[in-house]
Amino acid sequence: MPESQRYNETVMDHFMNPRNVGEIKDADGIGLAKSSDHGDTMKLFIKVNNDVIVDAKFKTFGCGAAIASSSITTEMVKGKTIKEALELSNMDVIDALGGLPPSKIQCSVLAEEVLRAAIEDYRKRKTGNEETGVSVGCSGDCGRCKTK
Amino acid sequence: MDKKIIYLDHAATTYTDPEVVRAIEPYFTEKFYNPSSLYTPARDVAHAVKHARSTIAKWIRANNDREIIFTASGSEGDNAAIFGIANANRDKGRHIITSAVEHPAVLETVEGMKRFGFDHTILPVDKFGMVDPNTVRDAIRDDTVLITIMLANNEVGTIQPIKEIGRIARERGVYFHTDAVQAVGSVPIDVHEMNLDALTMAAHKLYGPKGVGALYLRDGVAFDSLIKGGHQENGKRAGTHNNPGIVGLAKAVDLAYSNMQENNERIIRLREKLINNILENIPDVILNGHPTKRLPNNTNFCFKYIDSEAILLHLDMLGVCASSGSACSSGTGDPSVVLKAMGIPPEVARGSLRMTLGKDTTDDEIDFVIKNLIGIVGKLRDMSPLVD
Repeated sequence: MPESQRYNETVMDHFMNPRNVGEIKDADGIGLAKSSDHGDTMKLFIKVNNDVIVDAKFKTFGCGAAIASSSITTEMVKGKTIKEALELSNMDVIDALGGLPPSKIQCSVLAEEVLRAAIEDYRKRKTGNEETGVSVGCSGDCGRCKTK
Repeated sequence: MDKKIIYLDHAATTYTDPEVVRAIEPYFTEKFYNPSSLYTPARDVAHAVKHARSTIAKWIRANNDREIIFTASGSEGDNAAIFGIANANRDKGRHIITSAVEHPAVLETVEGMKRFGFDHTILPVDKFGMVDPNTVRDAIRDDTVLITIMLANNEVGTIQPIKEIGRIARERGVYFHTDAVQAVGSVPIDVHEMNLDALTMAAHKLYGPKGVGALYLRDGVAFDSLIKGGHQENGKRAGTHNNPGIVGLAKAVDLAYSNMQENNERIIRLREKLINNILENIPDVILNGHPTKRLPNNTNFCFKYIDSEAILLHLDMLGVCASSGSACSSGTGDPSVVLKAMGIPPEVARGSLRMTLGKDTTDDEIDFVIKNLIGIVGKLRDMSPLVD
């Protein structure tokens, strides 16, 4: 593997010691995002109190970068208001990780998508005029998000 | 980092055996001469190259030394065989038959032959990665000039029914090449019994140096050299002889076949221990490849619901070197084409792990890997959304 494909220490730390793995039984929002080409799957659970994300947990099927992106995303959203969380982009995930190999940028996009999906699910539940349940994010590779 | 390394990626490459290193050392220094030169010191080197040729010819039961052409790699051997035989025989026909599980050195070359007007058929494989000889028979057309099917697969280790395919090829008058890069040294080769017209090998898979290989080409097969220039190798491969490489290849082949039975017995016992323990202790695991018709050193599994890169990173932290499949595709994230051809769904293929043992692999190493793999798979599955 070329050197540019290797992970830095922060990524490896989040991969080896992922934060907030698991599920929240009484979650206020659950998001699911799946990449169409490689099958990476992220599931994000959020607990919201007074419009502030007070807890977040994840489950991810994917490579080291996918797991690290999920892990750091849960850390980044905790304590943020819904509005602030929606401002998070995949670039913020990459920056927080200190960079990702070029071929792994898509993993950060998936993390952004799963966050949006969880927030969308939270909003649906809150307004109560739509069916609650898991909200599915986009494919993670439509190209709309910034991928450097 | 003085962490102990457990190397289980011998299908990617092997270290050079110290005995081989000793044999080749003089050819870097006092025996540096160009064997094509006239003077006396060069004649000794020419003799060593000739001796290397005979040694390899003997172990694969070739008729004579002339049938061994030295190359710079397994990839070169595959390229040279496919281009060389097909192009030289283009008046007989322009159709090539290969299989879906070939190494890229074969598949890409066959694909590339389109530029020269050659059409091809890619044969499917069964769930074990095996080619059915009947499909070969059915695929042969009047204009088929070459069949190229590997002896043993680099990812899943499945050994193809080469003898049967060779018999069909010979009956129909079609040339037959096999990529034996993974098999030479651990599988006995008899080019006559296997009805082979050409065979590719590489030294670095059998404790020889990197950058050298050989192509067996049966006498009388028309051949168009890929590398043109000087008249080395009877005009079949130009380029000054790589004396140390050639001597090293022959030494490695000689050592491998002289000790094959003993080494294979040990390695197969350890392989079975690894396979059985993983299948017994980890749920939702598939053993890829044929249960018995496989290379002595190959294991390849799919761990459902998790990704192979994640497994490999964990193993790497423990000093265990393994692979997701072929070394060439590691890191691309693309599921293996070999596993796909075997009918394994992409999401399952994502969890593939290839561990290939070597002649120095120990019981302790295998025990360590089994113990830790159980934990790694468990940890990754705990965080997988695909597990209920």
